[in-house]
Amino acid sequence: MNANVTAVPAHDEPEGAGVHEQRALGFWLYLMSDAAIFALLFMTYGIMVGNTAGGPSGKALFNLNNAALETALLLVSSTTFGFASLASKGGSRSAVLSWLLVTFVLGAGFIFLEIREFLGMIRAGAGPDRSGFLSAFFTLVGTHGTHVSFGLVWILILGGQVLFKGLTVPVTSRLFRLGLFWHFLDIAWVGIFSVVYLPGLL
Amino acid sequence: MFGKLTLDALPLYSAIAAGGAAVTVGGALLVFIVITWLGAWKYLWTEWFTSVDHKRIGVMYIVLALIMLLRGFVDAIMMRAQQAMALNSGGYLPPEHFDQIFSSHGTIMIFFMAMPFMTGLLNIAVPLQIGTRDVAFPFLNSLSLWLSAAGAGLVMASLVIGKFSTAGWTGYPPYSGIEYSPGVGVDYWIWALLISGIGSTLTGINFVVTILKRRAPGMTLMRMTPFTWTALCTSVLMIFAFPALTVACGMLALDRLLGMHFFTNELGGNMMNYANLFWIWGHPEVYILILPAFGVFSEVVATFCKKRLFGYESLVYATAAIAILSFTVWLHHFFTMGSSASVNAFFGITTMVIAVPTGVKVFNWLLTMYRGRITFHPSMLWTVGFIVTFVIGGMTGVLLAMPPADFLMHNTTFLVAHFHNMIIPGVLFGYLAGYMYWFPKAFGFRMNEPWGIAAFWFWIVGFYLAFMPLYVLGFMGMPRRMEQYNDPTWQPWLIAASMGAVLILIGIGCLVVQLAVSIRDRRKTLDVTGDPYDGRTLEWATASPPPPYNFAVLPQVRDREPLLDMKERGVAWQRPRAYEDIEIPKNSAVGVVMGGLAFVLGFAMVWQIWWLVIACGLAMWVALAFRASDDESEFRLSAAEVARIEDARYRAMGIRT
Amino acid sequence: MERHGHASYIVGFILAVVLTAIPFYLVYAHALPPSRTMYVIAAAAVLQILVHLRFFLHINFTTTPRENLLALAFTAVLLVLMVGGSFWIMIDLHSRMAI
Repeated sequence: MNANVTAVPAHDEPEGAGVHEQRALGFWLYLMSDAAIFALLFMTYGIMVGNTAGGPSGKALFNLNNAALETALLLVSSTTFGFASLASKGGSRSAVLSWLLVTFVLGAGFIFLEIREFLGMIRAGAGPDRSGFLSAFFTLVGTHGTHVSFGLVWILILGGQVLFKGLTVPVTSRLFRLGLFWHFLDIAWVGIFSVVYLPGLL
Repeated sequence: MFGKLTLDALPLYSAIAAGGAAVTVGGALLVFIVITWLGAWKYLWTEWFTSVDHKRIGVMYIVLALIMLLRGFVDAIMMRAQQAMALNSGGYLPPEHFDQIFSSHGTIMIFFMAMPFMTGLLNIAVPLQIGTRDVAFPFLNSLSLWLSAAGAGLVMASLVIGKFSTAGWTGYPPYSGIEYSPGVGVDYWIWALLISGIGSTLTGINFVVTILKRRAPGMTLMRMTPFTWTALCTSVLMIFAFPALTVACGMLALDRLLGMHFFTNELGGNMMNYANLFWIWGHPEVYILILPAFGVFSEVVATFCKKRLFGYESLVYATAAIAILSFTVWLHHFFTMGSSASVNAFFGITTMVIAVPTGVKVFNWLLTMYRGRITFHPSMLWTVGFIVTFVIGGMTGVLLAMPPADFLMHNTTFLVAHFHNMIIPGVLFGYLAGYMYWFPKAFGFRMNEPWGIAAFWFWIVGFYLAFMPLYVLGFMGMPRRMEQYNDPTWQPWLIAASMGAVLILIGIGCLVVQLAVSIRDRRKTLDVTGDPYDGRTLEWATASPPPPYNFAVLPQVRDREPLLDMKERGVAWQRPRAYEDIEIPKNSAVGVVMGGLAFVLGFAMVWQIWWLVIACGLAMWVALAFRASDDESEFRLSAAEVARIEDARYRAMGIRT
Repeated sequence: MERHGHASYIVGFILAVVLTAIPFYLVYAHALPPSRTMYVIAAAAVLQILVHLRFFLHINFTTTPRENLLALAFTAVLLVLMVGGSFWIMIDLHSRMAI
């Protein structure tokens, strides 16, 4: 295929308006498959929430203030990412970078609190190997936390791209997809506090 | 340093196991030596391994599938031989080895033969049929291929280093948990599935976006080919079904590696949730496999009966109905596991309902054939053989759909006969029909027909001889997966079944010979026009093989059978007035490199070589980030070059340029 | 792409805060019997998810591409089937098989 071909490198504009829409749809479909994974993790949690095997239940382990703080951090970070999206449409590189930085700090704060919570539970003998309930808890909440962590890395990488390449079409369309990801994770968190933490503390 | 890996992992404990390892290693070495001797590494790397062209990727998928067909069939014939001789005797296979064989047979045939074969056909045909230049995400396409290959590689590695799972292709805990399967076999199985499962999900996303967003101008959804419709529905199923497999296998891995209690006996595990999750994936999976086969049959029937497909709209609705209903039947795989009558009845009814749309399709195919002018190309034989044989399997399925009946036949050889009766005439005959049908398009020369016809007859007679006895044995009470037995009335049937397996072996031999003869005789069977069957759909408008860009000018579609429409209007193969520059995705090594890293990562997970897991994991993320930051992934083919390629084709066709 | 200003995010944020505060408060104060509280938690969650979809993800019936809407609807249907079906099966098994 590459033989006998006169190759000229294309400039970095994608071949047509269709590419961004295709990638946005593709990413959206990936998020739908991720929603299925989360739904099945929620379902598993739901049927195993009572399988404490004589060990601690959510009532003993969960902390309402911690959950509230994590919720606040993630919700605000969703809003600040929204401001970053607006700045990117407005073409303001420095505003994008600032809002991405704020989002990153808030997200990192969320992860810090979550890791602290997990370590505390593990040290208290309530790790994921203690019971089926705890396996389900750590896997559901931990999968969400893993996704957020990947999102944080992605923010760093895209921040670097904004810094060095500017707000080109490929970069802004990547920001758009990161935004889809970030907002989706906040939706998943709404599910988590509604299914795990609040009912657990009732 | 090497985790659990020691020299004990080599299969020196048994002559048969050592033989299997020797054949695997020997085969790989032979391929390596031949390629080196031919000096073909650079060619393979630049033209194939790093290609992001859907046509090349499709061919590689099918190569993988055919190799794994041979590998999976070795398991089959070993099992038939064992069961034919093991009356009141141990046969030649100890139980633990036999258990690995039935586990690898199912795993290979579903994940590494059928899925790649299907994906290969989708890749070769769909972009051409919808009149586009490539799939939406060519790089992800390459990545999916190499992830599938990595999974297959892990299964092959288990023949040489360590053992494979003995937990069946379904891997039910608690047997597959760490307590009862402490070896590496189940881990090989888990990681092969998780890695190739990502590839399948990405393929699903790729083809949904491709079909929804990249159709040629004028091609509405109801003007798509039936194969493209089935490709769309199958791709949707892939996106939504594979998450369940990921969750099931992921949780099993967490149980095994981190001591969690999703599926353990003690400390709050719920093993039935595994069956629940596995089959939420497992049932849609069989529809993922069969729908494209149905699509192939629709194409083949219309082409070789020289008739418009009967009942196109009903075929489309039936396909969509099957896709959605496939998510409503999964409990029928575990009717006997203690659910109440209401639950069993509900899923029994949905299972019977899902047979109806397939019946609609059968009538559509038959009515297409009625009063057609039929040419018995091998693909048409596979189709007719399918229609007769698949219906039998479907009827046994409706029988099994009744919970009280299933209580008698669950996990007997009746069930084994049923699902082979669906998969072999359905999935495999369909894919073989597609393979022989689109071969000229992919390679530019036709396949040898007599050997294809011979392959068909050996396969179909062999199938009946191998599997009808299993229905009888199921009624006689023989369970599946038996390494030995003591009921002498079973043996004659098992001997007959093994004879059937021998006929199928000859059928496979015919396929191999067909390929060799076709290649040998290729200059006599050149497909100069790109349209060897007087076709009706867009793929036949391109050259065989098509140029990298498929269509120099994207076609304007006015009809459900666009090429036939163009022929009738006298505008087929008309030279365009002018050509434009075309942008083509560059090759990329990242896909094949990530596949290699995934293989090593899976191997390291199996043997718990943690430093290697971390290194590979990081390398994969770096490679991905690198690729995802690449803004210059295409190059431009000049209009002059396009004109040169097209003119050469027109001249070969005898059209003045 | 559609035009939507800061207002969308700010309104969404405020609605989300309210829909978060209500269930959190009810749990904190044990103000209602547990089963009632569960209903409020569930309703607030569903509403908040819709708020996120509308104000953060800008999903609407005019500018959102049809394929994306269809994908979302299809996902919702499948999730109901998979999760609902699973709950039915597993609760039924729990009562009959003590698993």
